[in-house]
Amino acid sequence: MTTPYQERKIPAPKCNDGDEVYFNAATEGKLLVKQCGDCGEYHHYPRALCPFCFSDKTEWKEAKGSGTIYSYSITRTSGPVPYALAYVTLDEGPTMLTNIVDCDLDTIRCGQRVKVAFKPSEDGPSVPVFTLA
Amino acid sequence: MSINSKAYLAGIFEHPARKIQNKSLAQLHAECAKGALEDAGLTLQDVDGYFCSTDAPGGLGGINMIDYMGLTVTHSDSTNTGGSSYLYLVAHAAEAIAAGKCNVALITCAGFGRPGTIVRELDSSIPDTPFEIPYGPVTVNLYALAAMRHMYEFGTTSEQLAWVKVAASHHAQHNPNAMLKKVVTVEDVVNSPMISDPLHRLDCCVVTDGGGAVIVVSPEIAKTLKRPKVKLIGAGESPKGQMGGKVDITYSGAVRSGPIAFAEAGITPKDIKYASIYDSFTITVVMTLEDLGFCKKGEGGKFVMDGNLISGVGKLPFNTDGGGLCNNHPVNRGGITKIIEAVRQLRGEAHPLVQVKNCDLALAHGTGGALSTRHGSATLIMERE
Repeated sequence: MTTPYQERKIPAPKCNDGDEVYFNAATEGKLLVKQCGDCGEYHHYPRALCPFCFSDKTEWKEAKGSGTIYSYSITRTSGPVPYALAYVTLDEGPTMLTNIVDCDLDTIRCGQRVKVAFKPSEDGPSVPVFTLA
Repeated sequence: MSINSKAYLAGIFEHPARKIQNKSLAQLHAECAKGALEDAGLTLQDVDGYFCSTDAPGGLGGINMIDYMGLTVTHSDSTNTGGSSYLYLVAHAAEAIAAGKCNVALITCAGFGRPGTIVRELDSSIPDTPFEIPYGPVTVNLYALAAMRHMYEFGTTSEQLAWVKVAASHHAQHNPNAMLKKVVTVEDVVNSPMISDPLHRLDCCVVTDGGGAVIVVSPEIAKTLKRPKVKLIGAGESPKGQMGGKVDITYSGAVRSGPIAFAEAGITPKDIKYASIYDSFTITVVMTLEDLGFCKKGEGGKFVMDGNLISGVGKLPFNTDGGGLCNNHPVNRGGITKIIEAVRQLRGEAHPLVQVKNCDLALAHGTGGALSTRHGSATLIMERE
């Protein structure tokens, strides 16, 4: 069985104050991840206060953009086209919810290496997605 | 302060309908309340505590329903953890009763699920929303992620997950109100259409209108009532999330809520004769059974095989009403039905063909929200007196 990737309309993220840094960077083709200036831990989704030590010295860092598929699911009936929801563990450590794109969706597996790509949302910024490395 | 033996589940009612038209949401809640009060042998005037979640109309806690039903209460609570809310609310009602804040607590759940689950318009102030909604998370794929990882780490199979549905269907055939009464096989489940890999259509719960209600009372009130006595002896609750990105979806919040409830009850999983396990999807049951300690982590797939959850056949009879998978999942919130069937079992009022013999200790567990992002787990342990 093959399930070719099809472009899906991506709803624009409804940002809260502070989130625009992440999505502006994504629109410029960069994946940012937050790192705590005090405890050094990376976290995702990004917060103003570190969820590990509550320090407010969290800093945006550009991620390498490489990672590994932690889990995935091909969602076949919930929209006009099938799509792959996934958790990708970045090489920096945090695991993020995302989509796997631009491949035969039926070839996706846990443990596969992936690299970041970007897809535009509808009337909004680009969002980070991943392709098979 | 422990709530062990401080409160009794004195009244239950499950709305018999699964598809409802021409009734208001408030009416549906009130019908459920009336049914549970009649079951308990209590009246509207006896109620002094009201507990609901966000399926109740109004959005201001319970005050609209309290007014609609003509209640005068001294305590109310409107905790929302999705489908597990009602298990939280039973525990909170028991805590309020133990603290002397009320004596007769009414809990209602009702609504219309048939329009279906959709990608919800979420409050944009929810901090995770912009980082998740663009990717198309719906209910089923957020459970499918957990199932896929469980298969990858532990070798769990689709056939093993299917046994959960098979067991539920064996029970549902005896429930005249069940949405799906047909007994299904493992082959039926794995050959049903793939919805979100690895979950097939028959790995998913039903979508129904309806609801239910539960009455929780103080020991003093319980003594005056004629129904068989079911007391709450343990309760635990715990949400689980993404832990700042240290995501591990191989376990649920039941790893915390379960041990707290068992410790309070002073018993172990081996003592449980019947279990109501939240069954939004087959994977929810497999993971919960592991997390509650009915089997080791990763062995849930093996545990549920060969009818081990079928009453009269297996070691752990579960969801003898047919569960959310076959019977009822009103307004996409199955928690109230989990409590109701556990009380039926302890009273000896389950259908004779699924009634567990000498059922003196039962557990009910809820998992509300999404298994792989954020959910609220709640465990109740009840004893027949």
